[in-house]
Amino acid sequence: MPAKGFFTDTTLCIGCKACEVACKQWNQLPDDGFFFTGMSYDNTVALGASTWRHVAFIERPVPLQTQDAGAFSWLFSSDVCKHCARAGCLESCPTGAIVRTEFESVYVQPDVCNGCGYCVVNCPFGVIDRRSDDNRAWKCTLCYDRLREDMQPACAKACPTESIKFGDLDHLRAEARARVEDLHEKGLREAYLYGEDEHSQPGTGGLNAFFLLVDKPEVYNLPPDPVVPTKKAKDAWTSMGVAAAGMALAAVGAVLWGKER
Amino acid sequence: MGTSYGRGGATTFQQDLQNADVIVIQGSNMAECHPVGFRWVMKARERGATIIHVDPRFTRTSAVANIHVPIRAGSDIAFLGGIINYILKNDRYFKDYVIHYTNAPAIVSDEFRDTEDLDGLFSGWNQQTTQYDKESWMYKGVDPAPAAGKREAGADRRGPIRAEHTDPTLQHPRCVFQILKRHYSRYTPEVVEETCGIPKALLIKVAETLCRNSGRERTGAFCYAVGWTQHSVGVQYIRTAAIIQLLLGNIGRPGGGIMALRGHASIQGSTDIPTLYNLLPGYLPMPKAKSDATLADYCRNNESPSGWWGEFPKYFVSLMKAYFGGAAQKENDWCYDYLPTLSGDHSHMNTVADMADGKLKGYFVMGENPSVGSMNGALQRKGLRKLDWLVVRDFQLIETAEFWRDAPEIHRGEVKTKDIATEVFFFPGAAHTEKSGSFTNTQRLLQWHHKAVEPPGDCRSELDFIYHLGVRLKKLYARELNERRNWPIRDLTWNYPTEGPRHEVVAESILEEINGYTTSDGKPVAGYTSLKDDGSTACGTWIYSGCYRDGINMTARRKPHWEQNWVAHDWAWSWPSNRRLMYNRASADPEGRPWSDRKKLVWWDEQKKRWDGYDTPDFIADRPPSYRPSKEARGKDTISGIDPFIMQADGKGWIFVPAGLEDGPLPTHYEPEESVIRNPLYGQQCNPARMEWRRRDNPYHRAFEDPRFPYVLTTYRLTEHHTAGGMSRWLSWLSELQPEMFCEVSPELASERGLANGGWATIRTARAEIEARVLVTERMKPLRVRGRTIHQIGLPYHWSSRGIVVGDTANELIMFVADPNVSIQESKAFTGMIEAGRKSKERRAVTSGAFVKQIDPEYWQRDLPIARNRGGGPHDSKAVETKEGNM
Repeated sequence: MPAKGFFTDTTLCIGCKACEVACKQWNQLPDDGFFFTGMSYDNTVALGASTWRHVAFIERPVPLQTQDAGAFSWLFSSDVCKHCARAGCLESCPTGAIVRTEFESVYVQPDVCNGCGYCVVNCPFGVIDRRSDDNRAWKCTLCYDRLREDMQPACAKACPTESIKFGDLDHLRAEARARVEDLHEKGLREAYLYGEDEHSQPGTGGLNAFFLLVDKPEVYNLPPDPVVPTKKAKDAWTSMGVAAAGMALAAVGAVLWGKER
Repeated sequence: MGTSYGRGGATTFQQDLQNADVIVIQGSNMAECHPVGFRWVMKARERGATIIHVDPRFTRTSAVANIHVPIRAGSDIAFLGGIINYILKNDRYFKDYVIHYTNAPAIVSDEFRDTEDLDGLFSGWNQQTTQYDKESWMYKGVDPAPAAGKREAGADRRGPIRAEHTDPTLQHPRCVFQILKRHYSRYTPEVVEETCGIPKALLIKVAETLCRNSGRERTGAFCYAVGWTQHSVGVQYIRTAAIIQLLLGNIGRPGGGIMALRGHASIQGSTDIPTLYNLLPGYLPMPKAKSDATLADYCRNNESPSGWWGEFPKYFVSLMKAYFGGAAQKENDWCYDYLPTLSGDHSHMNTVADMADGKLKGYFVMGENPSVGSMNGALQRKGLRKLDWLVVRDFQLIETAEFWRDAPEIHRGEVKTKDIATEVFFFPGAAHTEKSGSFTNTQRLLQWHHKAVEPPGDCRSELDFIYHLGVRLKKLYARELNERRNWPIRDLTWNYPTEGPRHEVVAESILEEINGYTTSDGKPVAGYTSLKDDGSTACGTWIYSGCYRDGINMTARRKPHWEQNWVAHDWAWSWPSNRRLMYNRASADPEGRPWSDRKKLVWWDEQKKRWDGYDTPDFIADRPPSYRPSKEARGKDTISGIDPFIMQADGKGWIFVPAGLEDGPLPTHYEPEESVIRNPLYGQQCNPARMEWRRRDNPYHRAFEDPRFPYVLTTYRLTEHHTAGGMSRWLSWLSELQPEMFCEVSPELASERGLANGGWATIRTARAEIEARVLVTERMKPLRVRGRTIHQIGLPYHWSSRGIVVGDTANELIMFVADPNVSIQESKAFTGMIEAGRKSKERRAVTSGAFVKQIDPEYWQRDLPIARNRGGGPHDSKAVETKEGNM
């Protein structure tokens, strides 16, 4: 089974939020409450236990190179779980509730999750979140139930402008690279890919849901250099091991040295 | 569009937008309101087209456009007029197209005087009727259709209109082309700048982009929606774009056209098979009491001796056969006298005003929420309070159904529930997934949807409701059926098959009737060319004829676009005759060859002696380009081989409209009823022919510079909600996305008025006061107009008091005033005041009692001296201070 994922091209997004609604409808998610935030057209604020697709609205005093609209532009970006190649949530899950599926996506099994919350702190993107009522962790499933039936995820299906593309990751990566070149040719020099593979984002090993952006990641509320904590943990264990070995060596050496004297 | 090109529908289809080289979106926020169709705009952009968005606000459409042009709301004609002026001054029009396919060479009556001569009025202003007498707008030497006084309603009368004199060199001083040139000569970039607040350089950039992308090789499209129609001079907004598109040769060609974007799923359908008071199905006019006493009169007034409307009797007789079956015979004029006749203007606002004056007893509200969605909510509800009965059909208990216990005037204690005698009947409606039927979408495409689930509980479809209402009416009149006055009910054909446990009508049987059939054997007809005027065919809507051809539901076809060419004929069905791009004869040159390979669509095939192409040719299939009619020709035979606009009496696109419009043959910039500035172009401030309701429960601000109301207000929709909210405010997934009523203001205005982002503001007009959250955003830009700063305030209008998210209703703020051609309200540009903080209880406007407002004594400022004293016009309520209103 080839790895599946999303390529979200933010330059094609029109901010309609069809992805947010389609996701909530398919997955029967509850509302996040009804609060006016005053933050542009964003009233759901962030990804969470009940919002698995979230559209960011960025009003910035910077012109787009391909646009004549004064010193201003309005960016939209539909955020989602990245299904990291090295997933912090999965690696930190003590119960085995979080698994990697045959589509290489990261899936939380709600019937196994015990609500410990280790995954929440181990996600470098702040994606996975616990429900307030039963504490279990929830996030995008890459519409695992739909993929099993050979359907594409609800958000990609609903996207009217093909900003959200779903498919085989190899194809998506090739398409995305060609798209960046095309945009550069058209004058949008700022366009770049975020997390398309492990070279560009070693901290996560690359994202199975990657993005085309036109400003710094921070502008979209994405970390500039995300690192999966469990990756650090391995390093930490290694260095601790090295240190321990070193200390052991030093101790043995000291003893031997002492003996020799 | 009807007067310019012959049919009142979008000239193109959204998929064709991908072929455009430039797309101007103006009077529409397409990305937000038509996100699915917008994919084709994005495709065009990706193919290299320039997307231009002209809008007071920087919206989600602007965000993905190449150029955003901020404009003062209500000044679009000045901007578009500036483009026309640029095209003409620099000789950038498409000469071959203009000479052959438009009425530019036609010579106009010597009596005609332009707004250039009369400071903003055209010739023919009639002080008595406060209307134009339009004889002087006619072509020279053509007898204007005998005008039986002012027509009661705006529906078109098509006289024998074909220019007698033409000048193909376009040099004659009274030819349309030269008149046009003079008319727009004052719309210079400087004037546009001080009218619209658009910098000169930006206007020139837009005009140049349009010109560069037209001609044989390239085309451009316009998209508009209610941002153009909802003005007191709205029809003329669209006319201005229609003129540009004719001058640039963009109609009937791929990537060209004017895309009229409709606001609901089947609004096009509800004008085709109308819910309008002045039309019968297929744009056949409703008979008028004054002029259409007999069938002969009616046909004489509507049949055109030239052009396609020569076929008029065939469509009308077939409609009567569908209505009354065997009872409709030649001897009884096909039951013509069964039809009600029009005695006046019964458009929405007139009806509501009548209701408020106690002239109406009952009211059906289906698929609408007028208490929220219509202008001047207080006046709407005042009307509802005067009814004997009200029927509301909706998914939810909407505000219109609850006006008697939950409304601003009730919470204020001004009106008490116990004093309201209206009996309200609420019927829960079925959703589109719970019933079968067709939607006619924005591009005239009929798409069938099948019932997926049974409606819950007592919910029923509209079809079911109307059918059973008819059955019960027949039963109710059973004993008196043979009395002459009940014959229309007796003879109405109502024999639709039913199915299922609830005896629901088979929806496809209605489509069959709409398609039409031969009366002898009931077989479906193939299309409207098969219809006859001898009673041998019946047809519910002639323009839809062909949608059930050969007994196949053509509207249910779903062959995907990747299995056919880009026109995708085998996906559903579109009127007329499954043509997707209307007037497509114009995609070929006068000799019938495509203008260019790049813009090829329809052409004359000399071998087959037929028109052929990717789309169904919108022309008489075997009429060669060389055909010219003889003097004696009648009806269809008058259409020459170079007349692409076959529905027009002269086959030409009308740059100048000699008949059919109430407010002038050429679009002219007038300020909205309420403006912040004087009209920079003419002494005449407002559209002189506009409809006003001068009543004390509908107060107007001063025409301009009203110190109480210094800001421009405009209303609009958001992607996240559905119009008046009946389909979205009860749904958590949509409501959480836009949970509260808000207003959009610029940082400059926020600091001027002390408004804080996320805080509260009160917005006030003479009609009402509402409160809203404040969204301070750079997307709202103050404009510089005549040395002044003009602030505009944006107001979405989705909220009201019911549902899971509530808020005040923007439409409460808006007055009754309308375009004279189509009676559409002006909600996209008016004036108001904004203050920080929540609303007070006392200051709000009232519709009756001691506190109603005095009529502004300075209202005369809107009109030139000769257009003042607009009393006693033919519109029932126009300029009439009703008794009730004075109380």
